[in-house]
Amino acid sequence: MRKIFGFHGGIHPPENKQQSLRTPIADAGIPPQLVIPLSQHIGAPARPVVAVGDSVLKGQMIAGPAGFVSVPMHAPTSGNIVAIEDRLIAHPSGHLARCIVIASDGRDEWIEHSGAADYRDLDKADLINRIRNAGIAGMGGAGFPTAVKLSLKPDTRITTLIINGTECEPYITADDILMRERAQQIIEGTKILSQLIAPEETLIGVEDNKPQGLAALRAAAQGCALEIVEFPTKYPSGGEKQLIEILTGKQVPSGGLPLDIGVICQNVGSTVAVYDAVVHGRPLISRITTVTGEGVAQPQNFEVMIGTPMSYLLEKAGYRPDNNKRLIMGGPMMGFTVPTADVPIVKTTNCLLAPSETELPSPPPAQACIRCGMCALACPASLLPQQMFWFAQGKEFEKLEQHNLFDCIECGACSWVCPSNIPLVQYYRASKAEILQSRHDNEKSGHARVRFEARQERLEREDIEKEAKRAARKKAAEERALAAAQGGGEEDPIQAAIERAKAKKAAQQADAGAGEENEQEKLEKAVTTTRKRLDTASAKLEQARADGSDLVAALQTGVDKTRTKLEAAEKALHDYQQEHA
Amino acid sequence: MLELIAQYPLLAALLVLVGMGAVFGALLGFAAVRFKAEGNPIVDQINDILPQTQCGQCGYPGCRPYAEAIANGEAINKCPPGGEAGIQALADLLDMEPIPLDEEHGEEKAAATVAFIREAECIGCTKCIQACPVDAILGAAKQMHTVIISECTGCDLCVEPCPVDCIDMIQEEESLQSWHWQLPDPVTRQVGIIATDAVAVSAQDEAA
Repeated sequence: MRKIFGFHGGIHPPENKQQSLRTPIADAGIPPQLVIPLSQHIGAPARPVVAVGDSVLKGQMIAGPAGFVSVPMHAPTSGNIVAIEDRLIAHPSGHLARCIVIASDGRDEWIEHSGAADYRDLDKADLINRIRNAGIAGMGGAGFPTAVKLSLKPDTRITTLIINGTECEPYITADDILMRERAQQIIEGTKILSQLIAPEETLIGVEDNKPQGLAALRAAAQGCALEIVEFPTKYPSGGEKQLIEILTGKQVPSGGLPLDIGVICQNVGSTVAVYDAVVHGRPLISRITTVTGEGVAQPQNFEVMIGTPMSYLLEKAGYRPDNNKRLIMGGPMMGFTVPTADVPIVKTTNCLLAPSETELPSPPPAQACIRCGMCALACPASLLPQQMFWFAQGKEFEKLEQHNLFDCIECGACSWVCPSNIPLVQYYRASKAEILQSRHDNEKSGHARVRFEARQERLEREDIEKEAKRAARKKAAEERALAAAQGGGEEDPIQAAIERAKAKKAAQQADAGAGEENEQEKLEKAVTTTRKRLDTASAKLEQARADGSDLVAALQTGVDKTRTKLEAAEKALHDYQQEHA
Repeated sequence: MLELIAQYPLLAALLVLVGMGAVFGALLGFAAVRFKAEGNPIVDQINDILPQTQCGQCGYPGCRPYAEAIANGEAINKCPPGGEAGIQALADLLDMEPIPLDEEHGEEKAAATVAFIREAECIGCTKCIQACPVDAILGAAKQMHTVIISECTGCDLCVEPCPVDCIDMIQEEESLQSWHWQLPDPVTRQVGIIATDAVAVSAQDEAA
C-alpha cells in the first residue's frame, strides 16, 4: 500500500456527480454544422490548409500547426467547408475568433488512416510525431499541446508519470465515465506514454468517490507495471501540483514546472486520445463531455464531435431553457459563463453546466473582509488570499508578486469559503493579467528607448559628417584663394580676364569639333537602324502576304513610311559629308 | 624622538590621529578615482520609469533629457503618457510626495493609441518620418508612407507636421489575445464568475 500525502487547504463542496452518471456514454450524433476554432489550445492558433468550398473527409487535417507550441485541427466528420471566418467561441471575453465551418454531409466517411500494429516497435520520435499529428491538447481543461509536454530533452530523467483521473470539480463526470467504460484504452494509452518517457514508476491517481471507475481500471491493469492509487476526495486534488504532492509528497517549486522535480502529468482523456492516435491512427476529433444541471431533463455524458454547437448538445439532453439562467463551460468552481449557446464544443470542454437559479444562484453582494482567515486555511497553494486581496485592491503589484501571486491556481476555494462572499479569485485573475500587461509594456518601452537612442546616434553621426564636409570645402576654397594670391600677385587682373576668355573659347571650339564628329556618327547610325527596320518590316510584309493575312495593307503602309525615312536619313548624311568634305 | 613622544602623550595621540587621517584620506581619494561612477545612476533609474514615448510633452527633447532634468530637481508631474502611475513610481523612487499631473503638459490618455496614415491621401513629403522619434514610419520622398504599428509609441509628434492631415491616432482594438480579466467593481464587487456556490450549499443544508 502506497503512502498518501496530503496538501494544504482544500474544500469539500457538494459533488453533484450522480445526476450525470445514471446512463452510459451516449453518442451525440452528427450536427448539421460544425464550427472548429483554430485556437483551442495554449500556443499559436493553427493555420487553415483547406479553402472554402473544399470537401473534406472525417479525420482529414483542415488546419496545420503554426510553430512548435501548436496543434493541428481535423475534420470531425465528412462534409464541405462553408466558411473560414470569425465566429463567437466559448471564451469569457465574448470576442470573436477565427473558425473553420463545416457543413456535414451525414455520410461520416473516414479518410484513409492506419495505426501502428504494435506500438512497441515504434521509436520515440515516431510516437511523438503521431501524437503531434493527431492534434492532441491536454483534455483536462488547460489544453497544453501534449506532444510538446512529452518532447523531453535527451538527458531528462523522469521519475514518475502520473495519469490524472482525479476529476475533483463538482458536477463533472467525463473522466469518471471514461474510466468505467474505456479502462482498457486508458491502460493501453498509459503504456504508450510510459514507453515514450520511460519513467521509474507510473501512477494513476483517482479520488475515492469513483469506486466503479477504480474497479474497472484495476481489472484492466492486471499484470501491468503500473499502480492505481486511490486517495480521499477533496477539492482541488485534481490540480496538477496538488496531485503530485498527494502521490509523491514532493512540491513543485514556486514558478517551476512538474518537470523540474522529474514528474509528468497527463489527463486520462488525453491518454485515450494518445491510444486512439497511435493504435488506430485516429486524430482527436471527438471527446466525452458532461451535460448536466437542472436546466437539462437527462443529465448525461456524450461522445461529442469537436465543433458541435452547445445548443445542439443541450437539445440532445432535453434542454429546459426556462429552468436555466446561464450556461457554464467547465465546472462551478473554475468554469466560466459562455456568451450564447451557439458557441462550439472544443477540445477542452469537459463539461457543459446548465444550472437553475436555485441550484447555482447569482453571488450575493460582497461584504467587507472581516479578516477571518478562512481563505488562507482553504488555499491549496499555501498563499495568503486575504493579504493579496488588499494588495490587489490597492494595485500594489510588486507586493502581490512577493506574495507569490503567480502560484495561485485560480481554483476558487478561497471565494467559496469566504463568509463575506468576496469574489477573491477574480481579484487574482485580474491582477495577474495587469502584471503581465505591465511587463509587456516595460518590454515595449525598453524597445522604444533602444530605437530612440539609435536614431539620436544616427542623427549625431550625420551632423558630424556634414560638418566635416563643410569644413573640407571651406579649407579647399581658402587654399585656392591663397594660391591665387601667391601665384598671380602682380598679374594684371584685366590680362587674367582675357586669358580666361581665351581659354573658354578654345574649350568651346574643341567641344564643337567633337560635336561635328558626333553629328556624323549620329547620322550614320540613323541610316543603319532605319535600314534594319526596313528589312524587318519587309520580311514581315512578305510573311503576311504568304499567309494571306488581312494585315497586309497596314504592313505595306509601314514599309513605305520606313523607306521614306531611310531615304531622308541617307540624304541628310550625304549633305553633311558634302558640306564637311 | 621616541622619548619625546613618550614624554608627551598628547603629542602621541595627535600624531596617531593625523596619521589615521592621512591614511583614510588617501584610501578615499584612491577609491574616488578607481570606482568613479560614469554619469548619474539615478538618471538611468528615472529613465527606466519614464514611458519612453519620446513625445516631448514635458518640454524636453525626449525621455532621457527629462530624466536628467528630474535628477536636477525638475518637477515629476510633467509626463502625461506616464500618467498617475508613472508619477507614483517616480515619487517612490525619489522618496517624494506624489503630486497630480500638470495639465499644462497634456492629459493622460484613456487608452494607448498608435498612428495610422490614410495612405490614399499621403503625398510623400517625409515630414512625419523626420518627426518620428523612434523611426517607426516607413517611406521615401514622393512615395507613400506607412506606420510600423509594433514600433509606434503613440507620441502624436507626426500628426502636427503632416501638411495634408492624413495621420490619425487610433486606439488599438481589444482582441482575443489582448483581452484580460478586469478587477471587480470596487463598490458592488459583483462579477459574473462562478466559484461562489456557497449559498447553494447552505440552501441545501436547510432543505435537508
